[in-house]
Amino acid sequence: MTASADRIEPAPPPGSDQRHPRRTLAIARVRRGTIVGWLFVLPALFMYAAFVLQPLALTLNYSLYRWDGIGPSKWVGLDNYRVVLTDPVLTDTLFNAFRLIAFFSLLPVFVGLVVASILRRSEGGLLGTMARTVLFLPQVIPLVAAGIVWNWVLSLTGAFNEVLGGIGLGAITRAWLGDFDFALPAVGLIGFWVLLGFCTVLLFTGMGKIDPGLYESARIDGASAVNEFFAITIPSLRNEIVVCITVTIIAALASFDIVYISTGGGPGRATMVPGLQIYTLAFFGRQIGVASALAVVLVVIVLVVILPLQRLNRGTAS
Amino acid sequence: MRVGRAELLTGRAILVLLMAFTIVPFVSLLTTALHPSQSVPTGLDWPADPQWGNFAEAFRVAKIDKLLASSVQIVLEVVPISLAIAAMAGFAIGHLRVPGSRALMLLFIFGLALPFEGIITPLYYLERSIGVYNTRLAIVLPLIGLYMPFAVFWMRAHFVSVPREISEAARADGAGTWDLFWRIHVPLARPAVVSLGILLTVWTWNQFLLALVLVEDPTQRTMAGALGAFQGQWATDIPLLCAGSVLILLPTLIVFVIFSRQITSALLQGSVKG
Repeated sequence: MTASADRIEPAPPPGSDQRHPRRTLAIARVRRGTIVGWLFVLPALFMYAAFVLQPLALTLNYSLYRWDGIGPSKWVGLDNYRVVLTDPVLTDTLFNAFRLIAFFSLLPVFVGLVVASILRRSEGGLLGTMARTVLFLPQVIPLVAAGIVWNWVLSLTGAFNEVLGGIGLGAITRAWLGDFDFALPAVGLIGFWVLLGFCTVLLFTGMGKIDPGLYESARIDGASAVNEFFAITIPSLRNEIVVCITVTIIAALASFDIVYISTGGGPGRATMVPGLQIYTLAFFGRQIGVASALAVVLVVIVLVVILPLQRLNRGTAS
Repeated sequence: MRVGRAELLTGRAILVLLMAFTIVPFVSLLTTALHPSQSVPTGLDWPADPQWGNFAEAFRVAKIDKLLASSVQIVLEVVPISLAIAAMAGFAIGHLRVPGSRALMLLFIFGLALPFEGIITPLYYLERSIGVYNTRLAIVLPLIGLYMPFAVFWMRAHFVSVPREISEAARADGAGTWDLFWRIHVPLARPAVVSLGILLTVWTWNQFLLALVLVEDPTQRTMAGALGAFQGQWATDIPLLCAGSVLILLPTLIVFVIFSRQITSALLQGSVKG
């Protein structure tokens, strides 16, 4: 990194005296520049180290002990990890998180692609502008609010069942979030509602950057709308799709707010996810060690799922 | 673009359906809020005798004024500090290119995808030990830290693209690094800083987990955190719960309607950079 320092103060010509005053001054200035530069980084680095890196290291540390949060702790090595990865109660939370990906990630990206193409084709209309604003709305409200609203909508006397009754499906109405089979898809529906607008608007913006000439030449070659979609639209949107999938997968794997409010992990443990499990284990179960091991596993899973996707993205950029 | 009539109509129908799907929950919230307190209404019925007084009642019992003040105060502490220190770090890493900036950036990037749940347990014990637990600082301090990976990354992306000649010219005039940063580079970075500020404000306002774990007193929490407590307290009185939710959502909705273009583009840019 001395190269950048040289740019600030050019090195003296070769063979010049070491004690030459200009040279000494130059070194002093570069050193001073470095120190000032580091001083600029320091506040951000301090806050990050103190309130993110330090707790992260502590999570790793806690995960190796059996501790109830009050009394003495006991070193147990990797035993907490064995529990997290073999106890079906805990592995089920991980499976639930992966099942949520279908609703939080795949469905919004797929529907988002369809809606964004519709918006592109009927561009400029009032309906299109309205649709973009309205669909994006759930993205700015707190997830907690989404949870409360849907908790009510999906309840026995809620709007969802009322609509079902209205279209002649009264027989299948139920308390969706309290049903063992349907609670997880119902939570997924809330995630879909929140994330659809985000995916739609991001993909819509991406489609605006595609060269219209590509479509014209495809038309001349007699390509159908479906052909166009797979041959031009999808490949051109690779970066946007990767971003959508990344953001929504993190939202699924690390979900907390929506589940906490709408089901609390229930009925039974039908919708228990790792984030909520960490919270209950640490603050109600007094099993800090197991909670921390689960937290480490969650962080690792997120990284393992997300990092390969980013390579895909960067591949197109370079 | 030539589009068939049937296709156009199908497209419109899909848009209208999805808009209804998005809006109906909000409408249901509003109609329910207008039913008599303690009653158990059904989803979408407009009440025979709208109880607008429910909002006043919810305002009183939820102490909305205190919640608003608390949220605003948290935002006013978190956002300016985060913006200032992230801009400084981004400037040093992206523009001054201090020795070790590559390693520094990697260290920050490492935190980009970190779920908050990964550090929430130690944060609780840490904050008890330094005496900020159950105060607004319990939310403010870790939020600033948690925003740093993204905020520094964002500001670095801006400062990398600023031509070096600008600094060289200012330095020739004898400007120190501090002046150079605040007088020349911060004004130039305004669009990037404003977008980042919008993002951080939305995220802070909506922060739930930190508020839930680190602050017991709802009046010291963020709006979202208070909403969680409100649900726990009033779960049995659905109309009142809905009225309170409407009130808590109102500031966000109003701000979004006014600034929807800016907020949307900031959130999108944020995800693309992140």
